[in-house]
This record gives sequence, structure tokens and C-alpha cells, in this order.
Amino acid sequence: MRKFLKILAKPFTETAGLARWMLVIGLAITAVFVILAIFAPLLAPYGFAQASADGVKFPKAGAPSGDHWFGTDRLFFDVLSRVIWGARTAIEVVILSIVICVAVGVPLGLVSGYYGGWVDRILVLIMDAMFAFPSFLLAIVFSFLLTGLLGGTVLAVALSLSAIYVPQYFRVVRNTTVSAKEAAYVEAARAIGASDFVIMRRYLFGNVVQSVPVLGTLNAADAILTLAGLGFLGLGIQSTDAAEWGHDLNRALADAGSGIWWTGLYPGLAIVLLVTGLTLVGEGLNETINPTLRRRRLLPVVMSGPAAREER
Amino acid sequence: MTGSRSGSLPRYILQRVLLVIPMIWVILTLVFIVLRVAPGDPVSAALGGKLNDEALDQRRTALGFNDPLIQQYWDYLSSVVRLDFGTTFSDNQKVLEVVRDNGGATLSLTLAAFVIALLLGIPLGLVAGRYRDTVPDVVIRVFGILTYAAPIFFVGFLLQAYVAKPLGLPTSGAAGVETVFYMERDGLNKTHVLLFDVFLSGNSYYIEDVLKHLLLPALTLGLLICGVFIRLVRVNILQTMQSDYVEAAEARGISTSKVTRRHAFRNALVPVITVIGLQFALLLGGAVLTESTFNWPGLGQRLVEYINDRDYVAVQGIVTVFAIAVVLISLLVDIVNALIDPRVRY
Repeated sequence: MRKFLKILAKPFTETAGLARWMLVIGLAITAVFVILAIFAPLLAPYGFAQASADGVKFPKAGAPSGDHWFGTDRLFFDVLSRVIWGARTAIEVVILSIVICVAVGVPLGLVSGYYGGWVDRILVLIMDAMFAFPSFLLAIVFSFLLTGLLGGTVLAVALSLSAIYVPQYFRVVRNTTVSAKEAAYVEAARAIGASDFVIMRRYLFGNVVQSVPVLGTLNAADAILTLAGLGFLGLGIQSTDAAEWGHDLNRALADAGSGIWWTGLYPGLAIVLLVTGLTLVGEGLNETINPTLRRRRLLPVVMSGPAAREER
Repeated sequence: MTGSRSGSLPRYILQRVLLVIPMIWVILTLVFIVLRVAPGDPVSAALGGKLNDEALDQRRTALGFNDPLIQQYWDYLSSVVRLDFGTTFSDNQKVLEVVRDNGGATLSLTLAAFVIALLLGIPLGLVAGRYRDTVPDVVIRVFGILTYAAPIFFVGFLLQAYVAKPLGLPTSGAAGVETVFYMERDGLNKTHVLLFDVFLSGNSYYIEDVLKHLLLPALTLGLLICGVFIRLVRVNILQTMQSDYVEAAEARGISTSKVTRRHAFRNALVPVITVIGLQFALLLGGAVLTESTFNWPGLGQRLVEYINDRDYVAVQGIVTVFAIAVVLISLLVDIVNALIDPRVRY
């Protein structure tokens, strides 16, 4: 338990200055959205597709007021409620897609890197081709297909997003596996008769998954944007099933010229904030883990004698 | 020495060109599997409600959708080799003509966005890297993160709501109705790229009109990748500033500003060229959203329309064209890179 806490605290203890601040601010922003997502039913004043309360219809595209802090949109929905419920949709989709990515990408990368041979070559070729393909187009094609099969559900969108990110996990895990399997401890394990499965699970897994958290947070930020992009094009989650920021912005675009700013501003700000938060966490972690960028806290060096110069 | 260098460059290029073929093949196969093997066939998806079962089946047979999959796969690959990407269902146009008529708008949008991104991103990245951990660095980095974090359609929304009106800038389309009409009537659309055509025509009214329409969409798309350039240039500056030759130059007593200008900046810019190739893919994805936001008559906009019509042939054709374009651009970038940086060839 203590060891675990130590690992968790590593990004804080090993960073200084800006990197630490980025990490703290990023975590705070992300935490706010996670709380919004979990407690959406309690925090949101109304439902995400609720157009009236107590038998009174909401105003159409009403400006922000005491009853509706963020105003209402053209479908009579309360913008604040849709922003809060949108956090739940975004976080659900992102967590689901990252779980899928890790569950598919990590084992594939391990097996491919460990065994090598023609399986490895074919997998690398396929993954490289997917990686070279414009990721947003890939998501569009997959969601075109999956929403046709599964409807505009959270699962369909999460799967479309996974299609973009699996190659990245595969690549990172495969490459680290290739170099790690030559290490002396792996050879030692093999010498005492450990099977391939045991070597992969007990010896390699722990060493190759270290870069997954950074990748995960950075991908989460990207996934939020892709989800919103799909929603904006009308390819994501249907607006009656859940609140989705991108789709709301699409409807708000028609208002931009007519002075109705609240329908677009708030969902847009929500996206920007959450993506910024996740990016800050990812970058903060990256600076901790990537030694070429790391700037450790330096202790002042005191040299005696007349030639003593200040340390750079 | 010179012999071995000039000998290995053509070999590298040849290897790289040969690699394009399996790359395109894998992507085509992927596109085919995703769009064709999946359940539900294109004909009933597009025309399901409009024709009876018999007529649907006739259409399917005529278009080859009742053939065995392997036959369809072969037909698809061989038609792509002949540069025949099929005819769309919904409006009965050749995909290649759709690409010709709309690709130009996408091309001018992405080019303009690139120019804006480089003009903004490189100087900002240099400043941030040079003055690490100071106020300008923090401000520029936050700006870089924000440009990445703000979705295209949100930036577009803000520009449309707060900038377009006061400045009197158009927010829809690539040119005014008049410009499009007269350019076509007078036969001035020689290259099918409006941006180039108006410059060729030399008519300042058309040029102004097209540039005005281009400004906001290009700025929106440019901001998206500008953040990438800022980050990249900044990190490269940090790494080159720590390198031995910079230290050596400093040790020789050359002033810090001269070292950064003459030694560090140049080398920090080399990787930018590599990344330009990668950004092209991002830019194409971004172009789809920008075109939707500004009603820009490009390929991305058409793609979304065809997706809403569930026109499989058109989607498959346009996606194939995009894929080939990306592979070819990355080939070009790798070759340019090998010309500039000898280490790449080995």
C-alpha cells in the first residue's frame, strides 16, 4: 500500500515549478468534471431533454436568467443541465474507449513484440496503416458503420474512438517488449523454466505498461475532441439519448449570427476546459517520465575557494 | 565518401517508394473490409424506402454487390488502379469528378491554414523555448494548449459570433455568388482551384472576395495545428540548447543571442519538416469540421453529405482518395527529409 502511494506521488515529488503546477491544475479541472459526471442527476437543475418544469414550458432560446443560469436553446432545453449531463456522456465514452484500447492494444503489442516473426510483421503493417490514416476520418468511417449497426449509442461511439487509438498502444507496448525481452531477467526467467505466458504476464507486463498512463491521459483529451467532432457532424450520440456538447454546438452554430451566444459558448467552454485539464495532466506526467525533459529540483552547490562560481 | 552518400540516397528513395505500395494496399483492404464486408448493403441503405425488393435486387446485381466478396475485392482493387473510384448513388456523379470539383476548395483551405500555422507557431515556439519558464513561455504554452483544446467548430462559432460581424467578413462559402457565377461564365476556372483561378484572372475584385471568404476558415483550421508547431519547436529548442555544440559555441565566447540564432534555431527547425507530413493527416480531419462550420464547398463537406445519404460508394471513393493523398504526402515528406538530414538515409 505504501509502495503504491509512493508510485502515485511520484509525479509530484519528482517535478518542480511549472510542471508540478500544470499537473495540479490539470488534476483539479479533471476532478471537477468527474464530479459533475458522477453526480449529474443531483447537480443538474433539470433533465437533459426536459423542455418544461411543473407544467410551465421553458422559453425558446431564452437568455440566461435566474431560472436558467446558462439560458435555454431553440429546443427549449436548459443549457446548464445539458452542459452538466454532457460531462457524464463525455466521461463515459472516454473511459469505455480507453478500456477497450488497453484491453486490445496491450495484449496484442505484448504478443507481437514477444514472438516476433510474421504475425508481428503483419500486425505492425496493419497498425502502421491505421496510424497513417487521418484519425478523424477513421473515426468518421467507423462511426458511419457502427452507428448503422448499433445505433447512436455510447458503445458505438466508444468503439469508433478505440479504432483510432489502439495502434498507438500497440506500438508503444510492442516496441518496449522487443527491447525488454532481451533483458537478463527475462533470460533468467526462461532459464528456470517459466512459460511464455508467465514471462509475458509477470516479467514483461509490468515493465511495458509504464508509458500507458501518459498515453491514456493524452488520448483521453483527444477522444473528447473527437467525440465532440463526431457529434458536431451528427454522427455521434443522438441528442434525445444523451446530452453531447458537440451536437449542441452544431445546433448553436445557426444562432451565432443572431446574437444568441449562450447556446454555443457554454458547451464549447466545457470542451475546452476538460481537454485542457486532461492535456495538462498528460504533459505533467510526460515531463516526469521523459528524462530528456525533466528538470529535477536542484540543490545549490556551494564551492569553497575564490574560483567558486554560481551553478548554472 | 561522396560516392557512398550519393549511392544511398536513391536507394533510400526507391525503398521508400516501394513501401508505398503495400501501405496503400493495406489501407485499401481496410477500407474495403470496413465498408463492404459489414452487414447491410449499400443499395438498400441508400434506396431502401424508395424501391421494391425486386428492383433493389436488380440494382445490387447490376452493381456487383451480389458477387462473392473476393470478386468484389478484386474489382475494387483493380478499379482503384485504373483510378476509377466509382459513381455515386445519391447524385450519380463520378467520384473522381466530385474530387476534382471539391478538392480544390479543400486544398486552398489546408494550404492557407498551413501558412497561418507556420507564421504563428514557429516564432511563438522559438520565443517560448528560448525563455523557458518565464512569463512569455507560460503564456505561449497556455495559448498552445488552448488552440489544441478548443474544437474547430467552437473557434468557428466564436469567430462567427464576435469577429465576423464587426469586420463584415463572410462566414459561409468560398466566394460570393457573383464571383462564382462570373468566373464560370467567363471560363476562368482553369485549374478548378478557385484560389489559383482568381489570381490567374488578375481581377482584384474576385481576389479580394475569395481572400475575405478564406480568412476565417483558414484561421480556424490554422489555429488547430499552430499549437502543435509551438510545442514541437519549443521542445526542440530546449533539446538543442542543451546539446554539446551549443555549449561549445558558448564556451568560445559567442554571445547567447547569437548562439541561439545561428546554432540552436536552425537545427531545431529540421524536425518541423518531418512533422508537417504528420500534420497533414490532422489537417485533413480538421478540414472536414472546418468545412462544415463555414459551409465551405470542399471534399470534407461532400463526405459528410454522402454519409448522411448513406452513399457507400461515394464514402468509399472519397475515403480512398484521402488515404492515397496522405500516403503520397508522407512519401514526399520522407524524401525531402532524407535530402536535408543525411542521418535518415542510413
